[in-house]
Amino acid sequence: MVAPEQIAADNAAMKPSILEIEDLVVEFHQGNKVVRAANHVSLTIRQGETVGIVGESGSGKSVLCRSILRLLPSPPSFVKSGRITFAGRDLLSLPETEMQEIRGADIAMVFQNPMNALNPVWPIGDQITEGERVHRGLGTRAARTRAVELLKRVGIPSPEMRVDEYPHQWSGGMVQRAVIAMAIAGGPKLILADEPTTALDVTIQDQILALLMDLQAATGTTLILVSHDMAVVAETCDRVAVMYAGRIMELAPTADVFAHPRHPYSLGLLRSIPRIDGKGQRLEPIPGQPPSLSELPAGCPFMPRCSFASPACGTSDVPLREVAKGHFSACIKAEEIAAVAL
Amino acid sequence: MEYSKALNLPLRRRLAEEFSRWPMTLKIGSIMFLGIVLAGIFAPWLVPYDPYTQDLNNTLQPPSLTHPFGTDNFGRDVLTRVLFGIRIDLPFGFLTTYVPMVYGVVLGAMAGYAGGFFDGILMRVLDVVVAFPFLVLIIVIVAILGPGIFNIYLSIFLTAWTMYARLARAEMLVERNKDYILAARNLGYGPGRIVFRHALPNVINSSIVFSMSDFVLNIMLVSGLSFLGLGVTPPTPEWGAMIAEGRDFIFEAWWISTLPGLALVVTGAALCLIGDGLAQRLGERRHALI
Amino acid sequence: MNLLSYIVSRLLQMIPVVIGVSLVAFLAIHLVPGDPVQLMMHGRATPETLQAAHAKLGLDQPLLVQYWNFIRNAATGSLGTSIIQNADVGKIVGERLLPTVLLLVTSAVFAILIALPLSIIAARRSDQLADHVIRLLGIIGFAMPPFWVGIILMLFFGIYLDWFPISGYGRSFGDRMYHLVLPSLTIALFLAPILIQSLRAAILDVMTAEYITVARAKGLGPWRVLIKHALRNALMPVTTILAVNIGWLLSGAVVVEYLFSFPGLGSLLVRAVGQRDYPVIQGLSLVFAILVLFVNLLADLSYMLIDRRVLKA
Repeated sequence: MVAPEQIAADNAAMKPSILEIEDLVVEFHQGNKVVRAANHVSLTIRQGETVGIVGESGSGKSVLCRSILRLLPSPPSFVKSGRITFAGRDLLSLPETEMQEIRGADIAMVFQNPMNALNPVWPIGDQITEGERVHRGLGTRAARTRAVELLKRVGIPSPEMRVDEYPHQWSGGMVQRAVIAMAIAGGPKLILADEPTTALDVTIQDQILALLMDLQAATGTTLILVSHDMAVVAETCDRVAVMYAGRIMELAPTADVFAHPRHPYSLGLLRSIPRIDGKGQRLEPIPGQPPSLSELPAGCPFMPRCSFASPACGTSDVPLREVAKGHFSACIKAEEIAAVAL
Repeated sequence: MEYSKALNLPLRRRLAEEFSRWPMTLKIGSIMFLGIVLAGIFAPWLVPYDPYTQDLNNTLQPPSLTHPFGTDNFGRDVLTRVLFGIRIDLPFGFLTTYVPMVYGVVLGAMAGYAGGFFDGILMRVLDVVVAFPFLVLIIVIVAILGPGIFNIYLSIFLTAWTMYARLARAEMLVERNKDYILAARNLGYGPGRIVFRHALPNVINSSIVFSMSDFVLNIMLVSGLSFLGLGVTPPTPEWGAMIAEGRDFIFEAWWISTLPGLALVVTGAALCLIGDGLAQRLGERRHALI
Repeated sequence: MNLLSYIVSRLLQMIPVVIGVSLVAFLAIHLVPGDPVQLMMHGRATPETLQAAHAKLGLDQPLLVQYWNFIRNAATGSLGTSIIQNADVGKIVGERLLPTVLLLVTSAVFAILIALPLSIIAARRSDQLADHVIRLLGIIGFAMPPFWVGIILMLFFGIYLDWFPISGYGRSFGDRMYHLVLPSLTIALFLAPILIQSLRAAILDVMTAEYITVARAKGLGPWRVLIKHALRNALMPVTTILAVNIGWLLSGAVVVEYLFSFPGLGSLLVRAVGQRDYPVIQGLSLVFAILVLFVNLLADLSYMLIDRRVLKA
């Protein structure tokens, strides 16, 4: 019998891909140290789906997001190898001016800390429509109407009154709504949401997530949701990529990962969060620390902390491979892990 | 960890290690400054002329091998006078910078630590002093007290401490709420000990860095006053006075004014380089210790 | 807090400073060792002229009454009488105020024109060759005394090239601007290094802010990001720095006005000190201080217009 989530994944597989990341390596040069923040990352995103990227801070989630839009300053960052293809175009080889046309219009981004994401010296409405004014020659008056309309869409009460206010006059949750309005302004095909709820109060977090989901349902946009919080991803995403030390460790439909993780790191993450159903009463933290990204060990980077490790893990790179239909894992013992109960 | 290791080394190795950490600007600036100081000390042995003796047969000679900087309208060798000028401008700059710095920093640090009435009074005084352009204030005080180098010193001592008081007070306001000060207070130390033993070393860095620019500005101040005819009087080989004297002959003898000015620029650049390097060095040390 | 109450509270804060400043200016004439009138007359005054002069200056009245009269007159623009020029100090100073203000404005404009492009280049190429060259130029520029730079500029642009006049102040507006070029360039060359240093640091600081990344994520080009999002924020600390340095700017102006025989407040001060014209010195010190306070007030107000967050505090 085929599991229902399997069918969902198969259906998703029918859709054409919108973003393909192939073998991406991003390094930061800090003095004489080289920090490898993304290490041979490959990921295909299909049109209209929501993909979660989870991992601890420093696992390379944000770097991955920012390198898609080429927002990382270089120096110190360098793309060592790899390709990023968006709607058939190779983003990494585009000239900067063409990249500017893509930013905001085709791919938009929502940022972690709303209070730092808006410029304190300009009115909010002005900042929301700036991209459209520059790219589409929107006039001042039309831009204001557009800003009001966008603010209304993201649920700001009486937007005509508030469109000319400054960021410091708004609460964090409201500013994040404005940042989302800014992201959807250009009608993007892909939205990168980099920890959109981390800096907000718990009650506001759910509202913002719900807003993102509503907008996605209404427009059919593709969404990449970066979070360190497994719970956020579980509620919202079709598929999940688990990142560790700059690598994707596991990639599978969300329900699959939560029911049958096939990588010891995902297993560890799931065991370290409380479960609603009360199973597995004692929380188990993962022992040890993530490795330094400037001195990565040979083989699997998780090996030093892994209870399943064997000498074979440390000899060569462990690539991501398909261990079940639509379920990828970068562990040589993936099949063995699948059998372990949560 | 590097510092605890460094503390066990003999002094010579420690100095060598310290020197190796100096930024390039600090090294170059220090060497230039040392050269200027030595040139000032050994001026009588470096040049065969006397800065005051006139030679009316040799007036307004352009730069040559016998007179590398030329001669002035009284036939005096300009290079000689520039070198002897070091003996006037440098000590002046040094004293007018570091004497006010001592009581400026102490007053500012105490006001910042104590707060309240004392701090309020100090701030009002600072506001009033800062409202006058510095040179205007000095000129007015000199006008009241009468000209002369002693009165110039006095007028600067009366006013120049305010910048240091400001800097030290601002740093102290940040410092006094830090844990190590609270810890010292919990140990029952009195305010005197806390301010001078514990806080002052952390408060003084910005003043040290600023003092380098202040040194430059003070040398400019005395030469500027002399240039205006309110400072050092003519036969004395002071750089600003020399520039002022040469101004009357600017068309036929450009070297009388411009070359003493060049000495000022070189001295100022040396001090600025030291300041630039010190800012980097002290900033780095702060980071390393956090 | 709204705009008006901000301005009012800012003006109220100035009152104690203005009182202090006026007290210093008032006492200036009384701290002179000996009789100021006798000193002004180089000791040649007869007892009768001395008494007449004292009466004219109000020096025969009690100190407190004198101070009250000083304040009251100053408020109406009268600053006493110059015995030496036999004219009202307010009028003498008033004639000189506009040229000095004009000199300050043109100097600041020149300084910004020099500093803005250089600091942008230094910030965009930070720690590269261009940055180091600009920093070195800044150090040399700072170490050059204005009166010396003025002489060099006079020699080169005034005498060798013969492009600009080297002294005085023209009659028509265009002619005046023409006369202002060399003096204001001299002051600007002294001020620009200070501006470059702080502007470079401010731009670098702002460029690391998240809203700069956000602006780039909107698809804005590098120049729009720099000018609209970075520069405006970086200019705020620079406004403060210009205002803080207004004292130095005026100090430079004193020397430069004297050098270029420019009929401003600075050259008047130097002359008054030479002539021991104490009422003029007194009036000038008050005007200089009020000028500094006024510029600082303007800077605060413009700061508030650029960044509304100030009102919240």
